Amino acid sequence: MTLPAIATKNLVKKFGTATVLHGIDLEIPQGKVSCLIGPSGSGKSTLLRCMAFLEEASAGTITIDGEVLGFTESAQGVRERVSLATNRAIRSQIGMVFQQFNLWPHMTALGNVSEALKTVHKMSRKDAEDYAMAQLVKVGLEERAGHYPAQLSGGQQQRVAIARALALKPKIMLFDEPTSSLDPELTGEVLNVMRDLAAEGMTMVVVSHEIGFAATVGEQISFLDQGRLLFTGAPSEVFAKPRHPRLEQFLDTYLDRGASMLL
Amino acid sequence: MTFDINVILQQMPAILSGAAVTIVIWIVSTIAGVILGFLVATGRRYGGFASDKGLGAIVDVLRGTPFLIQIFLLYYGGPFIGLSLDPVPAGLLGLTVYGAAYFSEIFRSGFDAIPVGHIEAAECVGLSRSQIVRRILLPEMTMLVLPPTFNMAILLIKETAILSIITVPELTLTVSAIGSQQYAFVESLFLLALFYWGLVEIASWLGHLAEQKLSRFRFNNA
Repeated sequence: MTLPAIATKNLVKKFGTATVLHGIDLEIPQGKVSCLIGPSGSGKSTLLRCMAFLEEASAGTITIDGEVLGFTESAQGVRERVSLATNRAIRSQIGMVFQQFNLWPHMTALGNVSEALKTVHKMSRKDAEDYAMAQLVKVGLEERAGHYPAQLSGGQQQRVAIARALALKPKIMLFDEPTSSLDPELTGEVLNVMRDLAAEGMTMVVVSHEIGFAATVGEQISFLDQGRLLFTGAPSEVFAKPRHPRLEQFLDTYLDRGASMLL
Repeated sequence: MTFDINVILQQMPAILSGAAVTIVIWIVSTIAGVILGFLVATGRRYGGFASDKGLGAIVDVLRGTPFLIQIFLLYYGGPFIGLSLDPVPAGLLGLTVYGAAYFSEIFRSGFDAIPVGHIEAAECVGLSRSQIVRRILLPEMTMLVLPPTFNMAILLIKETAILSIITVPELTLTVSAIGSQQYAFVESLFLLALFYWGLVEIASWLGHLAEQKLSRFRFNNA
């Protein structure tokens, strides 16, 4: 049996006195698309950000391909920080895509994608840019390589951001509401890039309000509500016969809005 | 008594030498002040609590007292603590430190204005903290702080005149000395005003050019 790509064990996250994640146990399978769904404030983005180590969990552990990220925890609950170098190596296996794209505005599309290749991986300028260009081709933006983020549409910016993450050859791609700040017209181009990626067998974790995407591309769906993982299963189980009343209620709001045709 | 600017202009070589001193002191202390101000802002942001409070207190004192008093204290009070400086080095040091206090505040707000997601994205692709400062924060901040930085640089042009009180041979000292000699006070002050105004205009124009050059990077995305 292969190790899960990501496994969280009793993961707790507190912001001050508020507990946002109440002990999440979740396994993300290798080579599949896992979706995290749930209402706003359910903790799904926080869970994803913990997986990217953008948030440090308050308790519990996260393992990436069997290696502990951030903090080890003994049976007695004693936490110890993983060395910076080790943690950096583990994090390098993860690509992250943000809701707000977060492209660097002073660099062109090509500059954004090649930056880490040059500064972190010490590739020559030419090699880095050639490789970055190949990633832009992959997301269909080779003609926009010389444009600055301010000169690109939201959908194009998000595709550059995906190319930037892919350039580092991650084993796992995390998407934090990648289409939530886009017009409906522009979400399609981003979702298509994600579908291509899924078809290549990339391990993906997607936090999304795009229930249609979750239903058609997702292979494992997890439903969170108020910081608790209420359900994890195959899309057929989730959408065909929602068993948990809270999940049923959540999905109903989508059906009310005419999303049933997507399911 | 008539208004005769020629009385002053006859002493052109002395005036030009004074003007040169003013311009050099201004440029050197502005550049040094920007660098020092950036280091202070970075130290306050990343150096921990004590560094933030300590540097913050110094900045508050420098911003809370007149430059005239600061430069007096540095030049005449310095020797009491073993810091005896000639007028020009004292002027350079005083103006640099004074400017740095204001520049550091500009950079501090610049740091705050950069979306935290830009830093997170850099972390996610593996940039180290110093690489993030050099490759992301510094260039992004440059675009954000350019207008207030030029504004502060322009204020510093005019503060150089205060250095005349510690006998830095800059323009104000030179021209007012000529004015006193010739009993041409109005003419000398008029010429001084013209000169500073001209220099400010040139500096504003440079700032405007720089802003235009960087305008294509403007944030118009989230």
